[in-house]
Amino acid sequence: MSETGEKHWLVRQETVRLLWRVGLAVLALLVIGDFFVHGHPYSRIDGTFGFYAWYGLITCAAMVIVAKGLGVFLKRRDTYYDN
Amino acid sequence: MTISEFPPGLILVLGALLLPFADNRIRPILVLGLPLLTLAMVWRLPDGAFAVVPILDYELVLVRSDALSRLFAIIFSIMTFAGGLFALNQKRVMELVAVFVYAGSAIGVVLSGDLLSLFFFWEAMALASTLVVLSVGSDLSYRVSMRYLLVHIFGGALLLMGIVVHVFETGSTTFAAMEPSSLGAILILAGFLVNAGAPPLSAWLSDAYPEASYSGTVFLSAFTTKAAVYVLLRGFPGTEILIFVGIFMIFYGIIYALLENDMRRILAYSIVNQVGFMVTGIGIGTEMAMNGVAAHAFTHIIYKALLLMSAGAVLYMTGKRKCTDLGGLFQSMPLTTICGIVGALSISSFPLTSGFISKSMISQAAADEALIVVWFLLLAASAGVFLHAGIKFPWFVFFQKDSGLRPPDPPWNMRLAMILFAGLCIGLGIWPEFLYAMLPFPVDYVPYTVPHVVNMLQLLLFSGFAFFLLLPLMKRTLTITLDFDWLGRRLGKNLAIGVGNAIDTAWRSLLSGLQGGIMNVLDHMYRSHGPRGVLSRAWPIGSTVMWIAVLLTVYLLVIYN
Repeated sequence: MSETGEKHWLVRQETVRLLWRVGLAVLALLVIGDFFVHGHPYSRIDGTFGFYAWYGLITCAAMVIVAKGLGVFLKRRDTYYDN
Repeated sequence: MTISEFPPGLILVLGALLLPFADNRIRPILVLGLPLLTLAMVWRLPDGAFAVVPILDYELVLVRSDALSRLFAIIFSIMTFAGGLFALNQKRVMELVAVFVYAGSAIGVVLSGDLLSLFFFWEAMALASTLVVLSVGSDLSYRVSMRYLLVHIFGGALLLMGIVVHVFETGSTTFAAMEPSSLGAILILAGFLVNAGAPPLSAWLSDAYPEASYSGTVFLSAFTTKAAVYVLLRGFPGTEILIFVGIFMIFYGIIYALLENDMRRILAYSIVNQVGFMVTGIGIGTEMAMNGVAAHAFTHIIYKALLLMSAGAVLYMTGKRKCTDLGGLFQSMPLTTICGIVGALSISSFPLTSGFISKSMISQAAADEALIVVWFLLLAASAGVFLHAGIKFPWFVFFQKDSGLRPPDPPWNMRLAMILFAGLCIGLGIWPEFLYAMLPFPVDYVPYTVPHVVNMLQLLLFSGFAFFLLLPLMKRTLTITLDFDWLGRRLGKNLAIGVGNAIDTAWRSLLSGLQGGIMNVLDHMYRSHGPRGVLSRAWPIGSTVMWIAVLLTVYLLVIYN
């Protein structure tokens, strides 16, 4: 058996590549869905096209980066408090 | 007091005392039967006040039954049952005893109609939950549980002072909604907030909960913080400052969970995050918001317990808890993985899960009140929940890299408990009307509209996209993140050690100075009065006789001349 054959099918490279493609297709479909779905926006910002998509992406990126930045100051080895 | 009026929480508290004496065949029956009995008692409580005990000039109302108190007592009973099922293999009976007293006291808190019995059960919860951590029996759990107890004694002291002042100010012990404008009410609010995990004392939660056993943490996640949500909901609805406190807790939880490496500490931070949603809702304080908070507390207890059960199952089977040591477990623990994912989707409020039908009510309340900034923040927070708990937890524990660990799924009772709660997560997501019917106010809210579903899917899936895009930034490291408790555990400790050392040095030099002085005096005395001292020389008897003779001679001469 080859090395890739021993791996669980879910973590094989072909599967991972397929999952990425399917995932990206779903994301695209959801954004396209905005053409057909009209909610009741509370302000001008959340009425913009694909608002929930870009807002989710940008706020998540911001949170990861803020966490990373705070980590520079606040992270310590996990034995920090050990005596 | 008839049997039907007996306070349901006391069934668990008194039943706990039987557990050490029951043998291994009877104990499971008690562990599963007592919560079901409690559930049945709560379920059939009519509205009203029962078990009223006069004490001095006041009355203890041990059971105040209405939709809100019953909702919390019901979910606490269900939680105790499922947690008991999960904990059947727990060999330390002390933990089970502590857990039952803890759960019973939590039910006591939510059913209390007056501040005195509320305080009594509040403190019983603090002591019993300390015992849950302490029962692990390690040196670490001892130190952690003492830190935990200190915080809760402080919170309890605030609450007691508040109650005394409040009763003095108003003359009434009834626990009803109050304005945080008097000293008594402010102290009570502060005492409640300590248990909710509010800043600046949030660190007790992520410090203590992950140090309990695989089963103990499941219980801890449910009661203390949600009892605090209940008392805030009952006592301080519409208190504006709670919106700010809640928003802070939400983002504190996300940021710290993102930085964390211990799987159960990730989930502990996520409790602060979720309670933050509830505290924000309480601050908004409309009927929609209060319904949303009550519903969210209900669903949160189930999915958070489910998440901690799946983490507990991993800990039980592997003995490991750090993301850096875990990964790839989906291959040998498929059921635990699926249940963990159901919990993760629920906490992220995915459509068709329980979180979707509860959390969205709080956001809706913010929008209805034109709190547009709060609404935007809650939306970002929903994305952040998916990031730190919804994907991060299952990804790093069950997928990520292959750690080489191949543990099987846990024993049948733990699997059954997870299946039960996973089923409830999905069931409540599909049929929200069962939960909506139990809420304190009539529900005028439809969660499943096409725009709502599409919008949430966009938000969540793009958050997931962000996670995988930024995966290199999320690499786990063997680190912890400093919190306000650093002030006590490092700065305070070093200060205490420094001051202690200074006092020690001063004391030693004072002592040695005194000692030197005393030695000097002794030396002088030794020189003058010692064996060779001038004043204490031993004179031979002959010379004494001679000197007496000389003296007598001189005497005679003087007299007779």
